[in-house]
Amino acid sequence: MKIHEYQAKQILSQHGVAIPRGEVAETPGKAREIAAKIGPPVVLKAQIHAGGRGKGGGIKVAQSVDEARALAGKMIGMTLVTHQTGPQGRLVKRLLVEEALGVARELYLGIVIDRERECPVIMASTEGGVEIEKVAAEHPELIFKEWINPAAGFAGFQARNLAFKLGLAGETFKQAVKLLACLYRAFRATDASLAEINPLVVTSSGNVLALDAKMNFDDNAVPRHPDIQALRDLDEEEPLEVEASKYNLNYIKLDGNIGCMVNGAGLAMATTDIIKYSGGDPANFLDVGGGVTEEAVTNAFKILVSDKSVKAALVNIFGGIVRCDMIASGIVKAAKELGTKIPIVVRLEGTNVELGKKILKDSGLAFTPAASMKDAAKKVVSLAR
Amino acid sequence: MSILIDKKTRVVVQGITGGEGTFHTQRMIEYGTNVVAGVTPGKGGTTHLGVPVFNTVADAVGQTGANAAAIFVPPFAAADAIMEAAAAGVAVVVCITEGIPTFDMIKAKAYLQTRPVSLIGPNTPGIISPGKCKIGIMPGHIHTPGSIGIISRSGTLTYEAVQQVSKVGFGQSTAVGIGGDPIVGLKYIDLLKLFKKDRDTEAVILIGEIGGTAEEEAAAYIKKEFNKPVVSFIAGQTAPPGRRMGHAGAIIAGGKGTAKEKMQALEEAGVLVAKSPADIGRRVKEALQKR
Repeated sequence: MKIHEYQAKQILSQHGVAIPRGEVAETPGKAREIAAKIGPPVVLKAQIHAGGRGKGGGIKVAQSVDEARALAGKMIGMTLVTHQTGPQGRLVKRLLVEEALGVARELYLGIVIDRERECPVIMASTEGGVEIEKVAAEHPELIFKEWINPAAGFAGFQARNLAFKLGLAGETFKQAVKLLACLYRAFRATDASLAEINPLVVTSSGNVLALDAKMNFDDNAVPRHPDIQALRDLDEEEPLEVEASKYNLNYIKLDGNIGCMVNGAGLAMATTDIIKYSGGDPANFLDVGGGVTEEAVTNAFKILVSDKSVKAALVNIFGGIVRCDMIASGIVKAAKELGTKIPIVVRLEGTNVELGKKILKDSGLAFTPAASMKDAAKKVVSLAR
Repeated sequence: MSILIDKKTRVVVQGITGGEGTFHTQRMIEYGTNVVAGVTPGKGGTTHLGVPVFNTVADAVGQTGANAAAIFVPPFAAADAIMEAAAAGVAVVVCITEGIPTFDMIKAKAYLQTRPVSLIGPNTPGIISPGKCKIGIMPGHIHTPGSIGIISRSGTLTYEAVQQVSKVGFGQSTAVGIGGDPIVGLKYIDLLKLFKKDRDTEAVILIGEIGGTAEEEAAAYIKKEFNKPVVSFIAGQTAPPGRRMGHAGAIIAGGKGTAKEKMQALEEAGVLVAKSPADIGRRVKEALQKR
């Protein structure tokens, strides 16, 4: 799960990480008020769940309170397009208004889970303010890492190692060591999957602060953190994906016109792959779960066909233990309820497969049966044309 | 022969009295798996599906000699169940549960490090040695005893591969789902080492997906040490970056973990890579004819 920058900063601040003074504004008037309170110059930052905001015009500096109001008037309500939003962009609903700092150095800090070593890894770099993937590719020697022992936690010497490698000294060094410990504490306490401060700045007076912040959370752990769950912003998510998540379906919108409904994540990925290889374009990834139920099939089907770009659909269910007659009933029920006209190719496998095929045939609806994945993909691609 | 489980395997089911536990224990027994005990804290002393239920795994192992565990407990209790099974001395632990928080698994794996236990999963359909023993939720009837070993990160896609293998006339020695989470127990290399030693396994199918670098590591191992034919398919060739594709582990992050990189690494290691999932069976036949 993703959250906004201002929310990430609040969490980090609660755990002791130093952040710039600032507040959130949803109106130009409020932006002016905050600017007056902090004292200009101030920075206005559009709050959307995507990076690359600066280049897209989502970060501006105001030299006066009136300029803050004027800029906020332009920014709130704008559609911000960045390399991460896609061409349709995102609507800006609120701004973070912050004090403008005199920046001496821009550094990088990040924490992720290292899957191979099976523990969190803290990364620090002298190259802040740019994309860390780029630094990793071009100058891997400028990224310093410390792996965290699950029993011992993040040790003091590890924080000092990183702070020294960043070339810090004196009071600045001390602040950075403390900030590192606080950052890890926030990561651990919230079951985060990513915590990133880019840039971490050293101000001209030698203070260390998180100028930007990003946190993602482990979806499996979110249910045990109601405070984190409350930060979910549904406006930032694809409406059909939100609808699917209500039924515990895993739906991801793609760009094509062939709707897919599959049970199991691996098979669902393989299905979108084979459609592509057969010359088609999948409209979505939809996993109804390995042990699929009739209700899940009905709901999934509704979501699938409510996407207007879908010209044909492919249902690929390898039931195994799950009964195919039940799946078939779910599909027929949903198709009748919705009165859908799009052609649907169905590939069923598992217990009672013959009975399932009979239910589809007897329904009077235009289902196209398929004998295998390859056959199904071929048929749906030609129907979508 | 087969790997990890066979006719001698004695299974304890943790969470046997729950809905999932009950349903799949029944199916495991029908398949011929020797389920000797169940565990549900507080229900010790009762019987469920004709199987004695114990309060703790230690009790179950002590009384019945169970040497493998199947875990069907809810996500927030599952890492604890894994540690309990390991502490009781169970040799093979199969954790079916989906949705375990990553930090819980980090802790559980650190706990397992000093113990002689093989963990399969979590978030796996389980493991099956056809005709001998099934620990998991896969449909037993699609499997046939044979000479192909299967290792996969996915569930239903593994069934697809199993069926294709059967259709081209081969069976399976053992099929293992290693699980779709970022942190899992046995990985490709651990299982390849076991298949290498298994005289009845003639070839191995390795089914991977986007995310992490486990497939690349497997490729490096195959290139250096594995002497049997390997066929592979990587799911998620068309997946967009930054999106979690159903499995917690299936995500292209920071430009890493793409299907392209994985397929390339495997091909360079001499693996026959099927681009289309429909070609897995055909590629296996090809691999065995080549020999």
